[in-house]
Amino acid sequence: MLSFASRFLARNLNLVVGAGFLFALLLGIFSTVGGMLHDEPVHSAEHEFHLKPREAGLQSAGLFGTFDNQQLQRGFQVYKEVCSACHSLRLVSFRDLAALGYDEGQIKTIATDWQIEQPSVNPETGEPATRKNLPSDRFPLVFANDVAARAANNNAVPPDLSLMTKARDDGPDYVYSLLTGYSAQPAELLRKFPEAKTPEGLHFNRYFATLNLAMAPPLTGDDQVQYQDGTRATVDQMAKDVAAFLTWTAEPNLQKRHTWGVAAVIFLLIFTGLAFGAYRNIWRGMKH
Amino acid sequence: MSFPWAKHYEPKQPLMRWLDEKLPLPRLVYNAVGAGYPVPRNLNYFWNFGVLAGAALAVQIITGIVLAMHYAANGAVAFDSVERIMRDVPSGWFLRYAHANGASMFFIVVYTHIARGIYYGSYKAPREMVWLLGVVIFLLMMATAFMGYVLPWGQMSFWGAQVITGFFSAIPGVGETIRVWLLGGYAPDNAALNRFFSLHYLLPFVIAGVIVLHIWALHIPGSNNPTGVEVKGPQDTVPFHPYYTAKDGFGLGVFLIVFASLIFFAPNLLGHPDNYIPANPLSTPAHIVPEWYFLPFYAILKAFTVDFILPAKLWGVLAMFGSILLLFFLPWLDKSPVKSANFRPTYRLFLIVLLVDVLVLGYLGGAEATPITVLLSQIAAGYYFAHFLVVLPIVSAMERPRPLPNSITEAVLKGEGGTSLAQTAAHGSVLPGHNSPAAAE
Amino acid sequence: MATDDDQHVPAGGATALDGGPDNPRRRDYLSIGAVAFAGVGAGVIALPLINQMSPAADTLALSTTEIDLSAIEPGQAIKATFRKQPLFVRNLTPKEIAEADAVPLSDLRDPQTLEERTKTGKNNWLITLGVCTHLGCVPLGAGEGENKGPFGGYFCPCHGSAYDTAGRIRSGPAPQNLHVPEYAFTSDTVVTVG
Repeated sequence: MLSFASRFLARNLNLVVGAGFLFALLLGIFSTVGGMLHDEPVHSAEHEFHLKPREAGLQSAGLFGTFDNQQLQRGFQVYKEVCSACHSLRLVSFRDLAALGYDEGQIKTIATDWQIEQPSVNPETGEPATRKNLPSDRFPLVFANDVAARAANNNAVPPDLSLMTKARDDGPDYVYSLLTGYSAQPAELLRKFPEAKTPEGLHFNRYFATLNLAMAPPLTGDDQVQYQDGTRATVDQMAKDVAAFLTWTAEPNLQKRHTWGVAAVIFLLIFTGLAFGAYRNIWRGMKH
Repeated sequence: MSFPWAKHYEPKQPLMRWLDEKLPLPRLVYNAVGAGYPVPRNLNYFWNFGVLAGAALAVQIITGIVLAMHYAANGAVAFDSVERIMRDVPSGWFLRYAHANGASMFFIVVYTHIARGIYYGSYKAPREMVWLLGVVIFLLMMATAFMGYVLPWGQMSFWGAQVITGFFSAIPGVGETIRVWLLGGYAPDNAALNRFFSLHYLLPFVIAGVIVLHIWALHIPGSNNPTGVEVKGPQDTVPFHPYYTAKDGFGLGVFLIVFASLIFFAPNLLGHPDNYIPANPLSTPAHIVPEWYFLPFYAILKAFTVDFILPAKLWGVLAMFGSILLLFFLPWLDKSPVKSANFRPTYRLFLIVLLVDVLVLGYLGGAEATPITVLLSQIAAGYYFAHFLVVLPIVSAMERPRPLPNSITEAVLKGEGGTSLAQTAAHGSVLPGHNSPAAAE
Repeated sequence: MATDDDQHVPAGGATALDGGPDNPRRRDYLSIGAVAFAGVGAGVIALPLINQMSPAADTLALSTTEIDLSAIEPGQAIKATFRKQPLFVRNLTPKEIAEADAVPLSDLRDPQTLEERTKTGKNNWLITLGVCTHLGCVPLGAGEGENKGPFGGYFCPCHGSAYDTAGRIRSGPAPQNLHVPEYAFTSDTVVTVG
């Protein structure tokens, strides 16, 4: 029975099924080729003018990257004074800042002084209220919900930044490039794609996927923030620092991960060497 | 076991003797992966991948159980609970990256294992049942991996669930009803997330059960080998322990080095950035792609663009499932009595084309749909089906295989035993004495 | 081993050299070394698997609680939470302090003075966990109108343990006084517990 069924399958059904698939694909090929012959290849402004991120050259980049706490603190300052007006950091807690080298007292001050307070409940009336932030709190949301965010930002929701550098290809470089990548629209673009003129209320940036984004250039000029460590706050420097900070918020364990990794791989190399030696010794004299 | 010269278990310590009398578990292990299982002496490194697949499953089950202690399967908190694992749970980031990359390692290992089975004809009689159970394991793995990818509830999770369950809506008439039933709603939401979590936890144990059957079925004829010539006598085999346990120990080391490198130095290399954006039912990512291990099948799905009797979408879904299901028929599609492709020059050529074809399909599955990539995936998908359904039966009926060695031992002494796929592909014939200890040491 | 080596190994210098007399020892060292490394590796990998069950960073961050005492009148008590457990904060009246001080230590199951269980100069502030030391129920007596038990402190309804005005066990099955957590006065009216 089995042999009959298998013989039948092998001799007939496979050819029927195969012919079906192949014929369907063949028709597809004809239609694709036909389409290629008929339709002009479509080119878009995004396709021609979108740029891959430039390298920010951060210390955290690469296989053995580490964090520069000094830079992370500067980046946090940029976030606090510039970005945090619109962008939340909802997955990060104030207490996490200890990793940047702030001590307990400083963290407490940062939390207490944070402009936006934590939602809470009035203990007497039970009505919604706010209270000062505690180190154990996560960074509060800037807008209570997307509707509020949209209403306040010309119908565009500013995304949360906690994971931004992991949520984009080459995230840290992307953040750096985007912040420094605003420009006027090239004349060539307008000549080739007149309909791609940046709409009112948007801003042209070749590092943004659609070339036009709602965010106005946030870093407007040098010395927009006053760094305490004496680093000159050029736009380029601020963009790098905040990219470094957002690398940390997205992957706070990066440095520990790299350290563990070196230890693990060295350990495994020794183990594998020993295992190889044991294998060769056990097989000695056994031709195989 | 089937070989009369297999060693028999003799407990040495009184405790083991006592245990063996009451519950012969030590005996079972001894006969399955111990000195009681005679294995062909000429296995090459491709035979390491079965044990490695078992190791990968163990890693997934162990890390998965501890992750489930922290994960919350609710659409409102699932994404944040994963981020809490990454940030607050002690060593949580390590466990989560190990689980995510462990899935990729599992597929790398299993694809190599399958490729080895195809190249050396391990699916042929008397091992059809081993092969069939293997395809069942593969299907279960795919289901498990898909549902696991949904759990972090990022954009790719959500839209992956949307697209994959959308396949079922291609079924004429009842499709939409089935899709809604699968999801427990009109779009992926809590109901879907909870059932996926439940099944994602269950299926690995089902896989483990089928693996037991897979190994059981394997032990009846014993392992295949690179010559494809069956074992003829005691001189053809060595006991699994210590010979292959030692070799598998080395293989495990290499596996772990690759695995650790991924976890610690490139944990997001094989993932997609969009999955770090929380699921948003109102906004589809610009470019939805499945995880890399599904890309060849995704390319086949996308290759069908024309309605022909059936709608194109249904063709795509049928072809995608068919491309896996036809593996069930492989033992009967290939009628050649010769197992190893080392001795089937024509067939080997087509196998190499198939390998390239699948890699091309993988690339195209992840590429953006342009007329060129669509055309290429149509050609590549066409070859995939043609290979199994047309080329294979015809070649196996017509080709003249090279002469086979009389036995494994004879092949070993001539230096042909351990030839690997790459070496034979490069040379066509094998350097004499290549595998002798004298030459290698 | 099922195979006869001599039959298959062709004569050759390298093979003869490798078969020297000291090789079995080297073989053992390599195998033992590899297995030992595998054992150590398994041990190391077990650590994160075990450690992941310890309290997470966000849980630990909640392990201090600040309490404002200004609204608690003498004779009143409040229930707060500390590490997700009930915490009793009680403003003792002079009468209650006197009652507690009057008890001879020899009468106590878990001898402690009120002085030892409170901060110097702040003897009226009795801060204890609201967890019965018997099996972990929450004793009554902190809320308005709750049964304070025969000794005027707290009374556990589960198995009848009675605590006095210093939160010390006086009768019933509980083995110890109500626990006093680590705390400090950060100002006259604010304590930080934990």
